[in-house]
Amino acid sequence: MSAASAIYFVEGVLLVAIQEDISDTDILDLQEALSERVVADAARAVVMDISALEIVDTFVGRILAQLAGVSKLLDAQTYVVGMRPAVAMTLVELGMDLSESKTALSLTHALRDLRA
Amino acid sequence: MMPTDGVLVGVCALIRDRDVIHVRRMAGREMERRGARAGQKTRFVTAVSEIARNVIMHGGGGEACIYMHSDPTAISVVCIDNGPGIADLDAALRDGFSTAGSMGRGLGGAQRLADVFDVVTEYGRGTRVTMMARI
Repeated sequence: MSAASAIYFVEGVLLVAIQEDISDTDILDLQEALSERVVADAARAVVMDISALEIVDTFVGRILAQLAGVSKLLDAQTYVVGMRPAVAMTLVELGMDLSESKTALSLTHALRDLRA
Repeated sequence: MMPTDGVLVGVCALIRDRDVIHVRRMAGREMERRGARAGQKTRFVTAVSEIARNVIMHGGGGEACIYMHSDPTAISVVCIDNGPGIADLDAALRDGFSTAGSMGRGLGGAQRLADVFDVVTEYGRGTRVTMMARI
């Protein structure tokens, strides 16, 4: 795993901090590592913090959507948190939705939702 | 106003996947320097990202040239490769069309995100994509 992302396991939840400027190779590595961690840690949820990302193009968007789909099959709910407004507007214009994942404004909001 | 009317402010080789990040940074920095809003910058740099990746993944590599224009202020990015070209451009611009097993929204999406978008492609000879955004 490169330093392009970090995975933390806290109270049954895998927290993923995606760093700015993650490369295509790095995010493919992350996809593999994360799906293995969901099983190994028996995680009930995955929270992906993308607040550092200024750009989410169709490649990164597709991997985020796939990650959510894989997690769902492994019985873990995925949250995407910290999306910048400009990124959200651009994703809509690209015709992408991350329908397999829930979204929350921040990590705090996602964790509150998970505890409810 | 044509992209080539502008002042060349940067050239970036597009060979490896990290080069996508490099050209995004260069274009974003030039837009910021001229006072682009966050939304404008994100839209255009996302378009650049889509096309730069196409050059690397489908075009066998190439390069991007960044131009700045004044009166009105604008940025343009021209991405060139000498790859196989796009056999059916109309189909490639349609959402959902992909030859690489991806989502197929990249080219059409980039077209929507740029104020000016032009593709010149010749089968077997390569592709040149010109994108421009007013700032």
